[in-house]
Amino acid sequence: MKDLGAYRPLDYFQLMEVSLRELLVEKGVVSEDAIAGAMAAMRERGPERGAAMAARAWLDPAYKARMLADGSQAAEELGFEVPGLRLIVVENTPRTHNVIVCTLCSCYPRMLLGLPPEWYKSKPYRSRVVREPRKVLAEFGLKVSPKVAIRVHDSNADMRYMVLPMRPAGTDGWAEERLAALVTRDSLIGVAIPVLPKKPKTRKS
Amino acid sequence: MVEARYRPGDRVRVRKAAPLGHVRTPFYIRGYAGVVERVCGAFANPEELAQQRDGLPAQPLYRVRFRQQDVWPGYRGNPADVLELEVFQHWLEGS
Repeated sequence: MKDLGAYRPLDYFQLMEVSLRELLVEKGVVSEDAIAGAMAAMRERGPERGAAMAARAWLDPAYKARMLADGSQAAEELGFEVPGLRLIVVENTPRTHNVIVCTLCSCYPRMLLGLPPEWYKSKPYRSRVVREPRKVLAEFGLKVSPKVAIRVHDSNADMRYMVLPMRPAGTDGWAEERLAALVTRDSLIGVAIPVLPKKPKTRKS
Repeated sequence: MVEARYRPGDRVRVRKAAPLGHVRTPFYIRGYAGVVERVCGAFANPEELAQQRDGLPAQPLYRVRFRQQDVWPGYRGNPADVLELEVFQHWLEGS
C-alpha cells in the first residue's frame, strides 16, 4: 500500500468551506488578508477579556451589579466590542457554584474567552455535565461541597454565558491586573476556581 | 414579535414533541416542568431560520430552571442543584 504520510483528503465540510471561501474572495466580498487576519486574531485571543471583567467586578460592586444585569454592556464598558453577543454572567457565591455547557453544539463567548478548549466541545463533557455535574467537576479536580448548590447552564439557544468566580481569600489590596491574572479560562467556564499561586518551595541543593 | 406569555416565577412545562428539523430544545428536557428564571427577549425562530425563512415573528425566549432531581431519576447531589436552559415560548405550555 502506498504510504500517504500525514496526508488526508478534504472531507465534505472542509471542501465546502474552501469552496465558499474562494468564491467570496473571487466575488470581492472579502479579501484573503481579511480572512487570514480574522483567523489569526481568533487564535491569539485568550480569556484575558473575561478575566479583566471578573477582576473589575471584584473591585467595583457597582460594575458587578451592571455586569450581572447586562453582561454584553459590561464588556463594552471595558472597551471590548462584542457585536451580537447576548452575554449572561452568573455569579458564584458561597452557596452556589455555576458551570457552563452547550449540549447541542459548542456555543461559547469567543469574543471574551477565545477559542473553546477541545474538551468543551467533546461529547462526554456535553452529555455528562448536565446529569452528573459533581462527578465531572471532581474529574477536573474541583470538589464542590454537598452543601453548595450547583447550577448547570445549558447554552442551547441565543444567549452566551460566563461565570463570575469568587475572589480568593488572601488577595486584599491586590491591584486589578494582579487579580485578573488569577482568573483562568476554566474558572470562567466553571470547571475550576481561581487559586493563589503556590509559593515556590525552597530547594536544598 | 410574539407577546411574552410567561413571567419570571411562572411554572411551565416543555412540550413533549419530536418534530424534524433544527430544534434548539434538547431532547433531554422535553416533557419536564420548571420555573421561568428570566425572559431573555425575543429571537427569530431557529426552526424557521434553518429553512432559509426569516423566522418572524420573533419568539420570546426564556431561561427556565429545572430541579436536577426532577429531570434525572436517582440524581445524587444537593436537592437544590438545578439545570437552566433556554426555551422558546412555542415549546412551553403552562403547568
